[in-house]
Amino acid sequence: MQFVYFASVREAIGRDSEEFELPHDVATVTQCLDWLAESSAQHKTAFADRAKLRFALDQQMVQGDADISGAKELAIFPPVTGG
Amino acid sequence: MITVRVQTEFFDVGAELTPLEKLGGGAVASFTGIARQDGDVVAIELEHFPGMTEASLRKLAEQATERWNLLGATVIHRIGRIEVGESIVFVATCSDHRAEALAACSYLIDRLKTDAPFWKKEHREDGRADWVEAKASDNARAEDWG
Repeated sequence: MQFVYFASVREAIGRDSEEFELPHDVATVTQCLDWLAESSAQHKTAFADRAKLRFALDQQMVQGDADISGAKELAIFPPVTGG
Repeated sequence: MITVRVQTEFFDVGAELTPLEKLGGGAVASFTGIARQDGDVVAIELEHFPGMTEASLRKLAEQATERWNLLGATVIHRIGRIEVGESIVFVATCSDHRAEALAACSYLIDRLKTDAPFWKKEHREDGRADWVEAKASDNARAEDWG
């Protein structure tokens, strides 16, 4: 699965995207974050405050409990601040 | 007629209003957002999610068009570095009467702030730069529209 990061999340992780083969028992967005957080100290820091993270699965905004099956891309970013 | 653009370039408000004024409606309303003078902030930088941004702006314009029976809606958002005093965002609507055009314009800018994937960073005089935190008041305004 392709992971893409924006703004403060991108800076904390140090890259704007990466690809991982997820274990079969990772089924939701929240479980993705738990799994990714173990991959490096930067990921752990970036995902530490879950209340300040938002997600888009294949470019559709979703909540943490969303099912990731069949999705190609998960975007992780802070609350938006445009306008 | 829906027009959505995400661009680094400046936009010309007059030129953007002209096509809406020719749609046969009696009312055109618009909003221009400008990088505000705020302490030692010298510029803001806007990042976005290419693809998702345009789709989310188009969806908002379509929702507004349906809800207020608009003849046209335009949403333009700049990205990249924007100096204080420069325009950031432009929203305009055309309808038969003023109430619909004004309400739809307000809806579009309120919902854009919470639904479209843009992020602002403030650059300060001393070279520091910080990401802007989302405001609870912006969420409340967006939710008021239902």
